[in-house]
Order: sequence, then structure tokens, then C-alpha cells
Amino acid sequence: MVPSKSNILTDEDLQGTNLQGQNARTLRARKLTTIYVYEAPVRLWHWITAASIVVLVVTGYFIGSPPPSLSGEASNHFLMGWIRYLHFAAAWIFAVGFAGRVLWTFMGNIYARELFYIPFWRKDYWKGLLDEILVYAFIKKQGEKTIGHNPLARTALFFCFTLTGLFMIISGFALYSDGTGMDSWEGRVFGWVMPWLGGSLGTHFLHHWGMWVIILFVMIHIYTVTREDIMSRQTLLSAMTNGYRSYRDDRPE
Amino acid sequence: MAGLETFYDVMRRQGITRRSFIKYCSLTAAALGLGPEFVPQIASAMETKPRLPVLWLHGLECTCCSESFIRSAHPLVKDVVLSMISLDYDDTLMASAGHQAEAILDEVMEKYHGNYILAVEGNPPLNEDGMYCIIGGKPFVEQLKKVASGAKAIISWGSCASYGCVQAARPNPTQATPVHKVILDKPIIKVPGCPPIAEVMTGVITYMLTFDRLPELDRQGRPKMFYSQRIHDKCYRRPHFDAGQYVESFDDEGARKGYCLYKVGCKGPTTYNACSTVRWNDGVSFPIQSGHGCIGCSEDGFWDKGSWYARLQNVGGFGIEASADKVGMVAAGAVGAGLAAHAAISALSRARYKGDDAQ
Repeated sequence: MVPSKSNILTDEDLQGTNLQGQNARTLRARKLTTIYVYEAPVRLWHWITAASIVVLVVTGYFIGSPPPSLSGEASNHFLMGWIRYLHFAAAWIFAVGFAGRVLWTFMGNIYARELFYIPFWRKDYWKGLLDEILVYAFIKKQGEKTIGHNPLARTALFFCFTLTGLFMIISGFALYSDGTGMDSWEGRVFGWVMPWLGGSLGTHFLHHWGMWVIILFVMIHIYTVTREDIMSRQTLLSAMTNGYRSYRDDRPE
Repeated sequence: MAGLETFYDVMRRQGITRRSFIKYCSLTAAALGLGPEFVPQIASAMETKPRLPVLWLHGLECTCCSESFIRSAHPLVKDVVLSMISLDYDDTLMASAGHQAEAILDEVMEKYHGNYILAVEGNPPLNEDGMYCIIGGKPFVEQLKKVASGAKAIISWGSCASYGCVQAARPNPTQATPVHKVILDKPIIKVPGCPPIAEVMTGVITYMLTFDRLPELDRQGRPKMFYSQRIHDKCYRRPHFDAGQYVESFDDEGARKGYCLYKVGCKGPTTYNACSTVRWNDGVSFPIQSGHGCIGCSEDGFWDKGSWYARLQNVGGFGIEASADKVGMVAAGAVGAGLAAHAAISALSRARYKGDDAQ
């Protein structure tokens, strides 16, 4: 593309395209740089995980604080049974999804790996992190353009989603072994964390705190994604629905 | 001294017929959940093996373990103490006292070195060089280390010896320390509970005696046969839990109907013990059957895990004691308000970013 100060297209630019013959000026037509960032498996995983988190939080809250007592014969109801069943089913979907997402880091593009580590030794990571903090403190107008996650988003995702999610999977399976028994595979693979986390009760307690970390993360995630989609230099919602991220300017940096 | 008496010798001496002896072996096999083919094995062990010398020490404790032990019904504690084991030292049950008693300890240690079982009730306080618990003029921790050095195995009776219990609850001024953190080189069987169930205590001894080996232990060193399931898993009120029927307060309709005690803080779902199957006082009842939630007395640090009447532990350090949910909801509210304010300032400071469109 010929570098120009502005990307507003002229009638000649439309020649040979499907917009040929249209008036470029009235259309205010311009070129957008668009990159395919999130591949289909990542997007599918994102929405499946989002749905499972909603189910997990609602059912998990009710496991901690059950709904008001039901009357009648016990044999007529299975309320807590269903709540727990949904929690375990959603937990399996979350855990299998997480495992699949880890596998995808080896098969997908470079942006698929951002969730799983922080480039601690890279100077531009720290500079970008500071920049984004300044943007959110209304001190700076614009952050840097990013193709994947911006450094602040990446940091929040790594700690509040990836690490917390991993903790929820490990502590969750350990708690599941309360029911399946300490000789079940869950008990063998994950049961060892329980004495470390203060026994079954302590593990329940920390698992419950993990829920609140994820609730706060989801609130902030939805807000910042929407805000960035409106106010930043790139789109975010399309990146997680059709995979394409468009840029609103072509300035370098 | 002539050869050691076997269990069979002792039983015959007490006038027990061979027929009764075989019956006893069958009952013991049943109590341990073993098939009939184990009866000859038990009989043979009883006929040929010398009685197991047991030294029972008491540290910082309340003697509730001993109180529970002497109420064992299957097997009767009389059978355990008089026929099965040779309880050579137990300062609350033995007739001798003072120097005479201490002399027995030294004698047994020397005579059966490496072959006796050390049973510990209570735990040693380590602060001030162990001066918070003095036995025979010396700190208990010294007696414990000395007797443990020649023991074949150690049984930690109760939550005190297994985990520390009330004397080790925060702030633990005497630095009461569970046995496995003081004795590091011996096999230790933990039999937690405050107190442990009588039949669990005698069952562990019977097993060790019959098979001449330690029972299979779980990751935390508890015998799997009694501690591999939660109270909740075998609770007779479990159907009410699954149905969603709970006691909301101790005097409500649900309490009268015997609904699940989960909402009033029952720790059954997080406590590994055999109360809901073996029960107490010859199988008469157990706390949940009496209408009170389990307090989790056989779990590590149960004194420091928040209220016995709430499932969610309280969180200190927030000025007031607050549950995780209260803190979480306040945090969610604060974050929500913060985000709304941030959104408002964002909108005021600058509208939508038009990028190159703006030019």
C-alpha cells in the first residue's frame, strides 16, 4: 500500500473492486488494516468457557449457601443433587476446555500463547504495561496498538484467569475426590493438595474465594473489552466473534 | 522369666473354653470386615503370638481418649486390655504409681526393645523447653522421645496427638506440637477425633495384633478402614441434603423433622470419620442423630476453622468478622461502582475513537 497521510479512498481506488462506480467521497470510504488474530478453536473455547463460568458461579454460590429449604417428602426433590450435578458437569467442560486450550498453544498462532506466561524479561512489556495503566488513569490518551492482548490485559488474564482457573481446577478435583474417594483417580492426582490447603474445609474455603476472584475478573473483563472496542485504536468484540481485529488508524507505534 | 504368654494361654487361664475362643475369633473377623476364611488365621495368631506390649503415655490432654477407649463394646475393652494386649504402662488405668510405675516403663523398654507399641494420648508442648507438661519430674517431650526410641510403631490417639487440637489452637502459647512433628523416625498411625470412636481405637489395636502389621494408612497417616469416607457420605440425613431440605435454625420445623444440618454449620461434608456408621456408645447415636451438626473434631486444626454454626469460614482482618460472601459482594459492589465511574469519566473525557476517520 502506498503510504499516505490519510487512508481516505478516492474514486480511482475503487476501480476494479466491488465498489467500482460508487462515489468514494460520499461513502467516506477508507481502508482498514485487519488481522486475523483469534483462530476458531480459541473463539469456541472462549465462549464455552464463558458459559461454563456462568453455570459454575451460580451453582457454586448455591452449594455454599443453599436456596431456602423445600417442604414435603425428601424423595420428591433432588434440588441440591441437581445443583451439584450441574456444577460438576460445567466443571468438567471448563477443565477439558482448559486442557484443550493448553494444547492449542502448541498448534495455534503466537497470540494463542499469551495467556500462559508473562514476558517478564522484555522491556517493552513493562513499558506497555505502564502505558496502559496511564491510559486507564486518564493521564495518557492512547495506548500502543496491539495485535494480541495489551500488556495490562495480559497481566490480568494471566493472574486472574489462567492461574486462578488452574487453581479452581486443581482444588475442584480435590474436592470432588471427597465424594469419589481418596483411592479414585481424582484423589490420587489432586487429593494431595487438601492437607496443604487446610483440609477439606480449608480447600472449600479457598475454592469459594477463587469464585469471587473470577466474578470480579469477569466484571472488569466485560467493561474493559467494551470500552476498548469503543475507545481504543483496535476492535475487540469482532476479534472474539469472527476472529478479525481491525485498526482505526495506520499510525505506526 | 519363662516364655511369653500367648493370647490363647491367657484366655484359657481365664477359663475361656476353646469353643468360646473360636467364637471370639469369628466375631473379631466380622468386626474387621474380614471373611470367614480369616478366622483360622486369627485363631492361629492368637495361639502362637505373644501378647503385644503396649505403653500408653499421656501428654497435654484431657483423657477423653481414655474415657472413650474404656467404653468400647466390640471388642469389649476388657478383652483388649486383659487378653489381647499387655498394657504395661498407662498412668490413668494402672494400679501402681510413682517410682514403681516409672520403673515398669524402663523395664518394658529394655525387655521388649523394638517390639512394643507406643500409644500416645495428648501431645508435647515445646515452649520453655517443654516445661508446660511435666511427667515424673521431667518434661513430657523427653519421656516421649525416650520411649519412642525403642518402639515398633506409634499410635497417636486423638486429635491432640494427631494434629494438636485445642491446646495447639491459635495462639498456641505452650507450642503444643503433634507427635509426628517430634518423632520423625517411626511409623505413626493417627487416630484423630476428640475423642476417637471407642471401636475405632480397639479395632486398630486388634488389626495390628492379628496381622502383625500396621493397618493401611491414607495420605495423612490415618487407617483407611475407618477414615476413608466422610461423615456426610454415610449420613442418614444425606437424602435431605440432596433434596434441598435444611434446618434453617435449631428450633424450626426442619429441625423437628430431622432435615440436613448443613446450613447450621454441620462439618460432616468435610470431616473424615466413621461416626455415621459405627456411631457412639455401642452404636446408640452420634452428634447429627442428636440434632447437632458435626464440628469436625477429627480434622486438622478444627478449632481454628471458624464457627461451628456456619459453613463459610469468617475472614479476619476486615475490621469486623465477615464471611467470604459478604467481603466478595462488597468488593463486587465497589468494583462495579468503580467501573461505572470510570465509564462516565471515559465518556466525558473523550467520545468514541474515530481513528483515521476523523481526518
